[in-house]
Amino acid sequence: MEVQNTQLLRFTTAGSVDDGKSTLIGRLLYDSKSIFQDQLDAVEQSSQNKGFDYVDLSLITDGLKSEREQGITIDVAYRYFATPKRKFIIADTPGHIQYTRNMVTGASTANLAIILIDARKGILEQTHRHAFIASLLQIPHAIVCVNKMDLVDYKQEVYDNIVQEFEEFSSKLDIKDVQFIPISALVGDNVVNRSENMDWYEGSTLMYLLEHVHISSDYNHVDCRFPVQSVIRPHTLEYQDFRGYAGRIDGGVFKAGDKVKILPSGFSSTIKSIELNGEKIEEAFSPMSVTMRLNDEIDISRGDMIVRENNTPEITQDIEALVTWMSEKPLQSRTKVFVKHTTNECISMVKDIKYKIDINTLHRIEDVDKLEMNDIARISIRASKPLFVDPYNRNRFTGSIILIDEQTNETIGAGMIINKN
Amino acid sequence: MSNYTINHLRELESEAIFVIREVAAQFENPALLFSGGKDSILMTHLAKKAFYPARIPFPLIHIDTGHNFPEALEFRDNLVKELGVKLIVGSVQEAIDKGRVKEETGVNASRNSLQIVSLLDTLEEHKTDAALGGARRDEEKARAKERFFSHRDEFGQWDPKNQRPELWNLFNARKHNGEHFRIFPISNWTEMDVWEYIKLENIALPSLYFSHKRECVIRDGVILAKSKYITLKENEEVVEKTVRYRTCGDMPITGAVYSDADTLEKIIEEIATTRTTERGTRADDKRGETAMEDRKKAGYF
Repeated sequence: MEVQNTQLLRFTTAGSVDDGKSTLIGRLLYDSKSIFQDQLDAVEQSSQNKGFDYVDLSLITDGLKSEREQGITIDVAYRYFATPKRKFIIADTPGHIQYTRNMVTGASTANLAIILIDARKGILEQTHRHAFIASLLQIPHAIVCVNKMDLVDYKQEVYDNIVQEFEEFSSKLDIKDVQFIPISALVGDNVVNRSENMDWYEGSTLMYLLEHVHISSDYNHVDCRFPVQSVIRPHTLEYQDFRGYAGRIDGGVFKAGDKVKILPSGFSSTIKSIELNGEKIEEAFSPMSVTMRLNDEIDISRGDMIVRENNTPEITQDIEALVTWMSEKPLQSRTKVFVKHTTNECISMVKDIKYKIDINTLHRIEDVDKLEMNDIARISIRASKPLFVDPYNRNRFTGSIILIDEQTNETIGAGMIINKN
Repeated sequence: MSNYTINHLRELESEAIFVIREVAAQFENPALLFSGGKDSILMTHLAKKAFYPARIPFPLIHIDTGHNFPEALEFRDNLVKELGVKLIVGSVQEAIDKGRVKEETGVNASRNSLQIVSLLDTLEEHKTDAALGGARRDEEKARAKERFFSHRDEFGQWDPKNQRPELWNLFNARKHNGEHFRIFPISNWTEMDVWEYIKLENIALPSLYFSHKRECVIRDGVILAKSKYITLKENEEVVEKTVRYRTCGDMPITGAVYSDADTLEKIIEEIATTRTTERGTRADDKRGETAMEDRKKAGYF
């Protein structure tokens, strides 16, 4: 049925302008022939207008007027390129401290994080921050690129020291798969082509890793979770009795014939069929959007969840989460917010701020009375109705929430659910 | 044991269907903005799949500039009949007649910017609170910053520096009265993805996307179709060329490309080796470095 089997890999790039992040992205786009001639012409023209004597590749990724004026990236920009092996989506996020919220946004859907370190400067505070966010958002893979190796005479010693220091720091974090590469984005060493300047490095190039990192197990294929988005009832003569549940598989593998349980009612049934557009699907798994039909007529609506009988999420109104605060208005405990979780949304109360995390030292700061923009903290929330949750480190779909301001409707927080104990 | 993976086209399809279903569930009066171009035809295909066997639960809105390709209009009417959906037409000519907007003059006059007023009027008249569009982030640098759920204030304006962060696939649709959202389910698709998917799913397209002979006027390097909406300059002449279109906008501003690609296979091959972006043929984007951002802020698609 399918024309080809190209997978999609989503990755974020973390680093500031000085680390050569834009140059690296420009290099990946350029070497994979993903920059079109008219885009390059426009960038050359802009560079000239600004009086630069080189082509500023960062202008490719900086899209908004104010960004181009200030020469900094304000917002997450998405970039696309492809090789014969994979399609790639880059969430290019700014590295400045005040834009932690954008890094978290870009990281939330990523399979992989590229962390850039300037070989001359070594590990900085912001490296800690980037690694911590990759860990917090449970990005399954990380590639640490030690950049600007050309400016340290391609010395192995410099690279080894940085790798060692990073490993010491990251042992306190939860990043499952970390790889290191010495590169020069400007010259092109080990980005797409192997470097001839670093015989001592025997690992892969960055492009090779991006093309081959194993991502099919990034989704949870164990715990069956199907949050219902809506009920499809055609009300036509031909499909008078049709009742299908529309949604995306958020975990596990579902098949026709499976015994299932519906939350919150607790009723049981079996799957009659799983289909899309009238075509039957043998096995449905994340992140497939499907229509599910059951053998029994049960009252099911948006917000309900279809699971397996012997493997249910926690059903609770009390949630503990690590939250990134994204609003200029500080958060205080006893604040009412809307919580959005899977296909549920309900008014909730932030009961307590337990502690803040200093993302540079990873130390806990106790006795805090409010959260400021970009703070990361553990909070407890009381929801006005039961939610069906898993810990975030077990399932990114059923373990994540956003918080919405009751008055302004702004998205003000991103939360990762943790085990209460 | 099977390997639980889906290919990139199915992943993008799944993502788009998830977003379209969220729109139907979270808004009262959604509508799909239909231009007649391949991206909006793709959108109707995805919407059909999302709700099958039920009909698409929202109308299509077409902003008719009066400068359309005739084959695009014919295609639109057939598609609407086939899908059994309601079609709402917002007319730019009507807005001009009513004095809501003033037509540009001169040889390069275009009704492109005039669409903004008709669009906002139509959305308001039909109390549309979510307008689904087929814009993609790879098209243009301002669009690269768009959210899936893009908030518009009560004046229909976009504030790109103050957008809501969008995390995971949790889409915040909360708004105040009078505000609306623009929704872009195929944000993450590239031009190549669109063509590969059209081929995979065998989606019908208007004939102008395929190679054909046409009477053209070459102006500033752009191949424009000869039509009653275009005024010839003194030294210009009408020539017959073998061309096709990569995008489908208004006749006077959409440039064709020289092409012999008359099948989907050949088009995909052509795109794989082409060195310019598809909007590179659009005169409306060449009115300044941030032409798209400026129009988007005002309420453009």
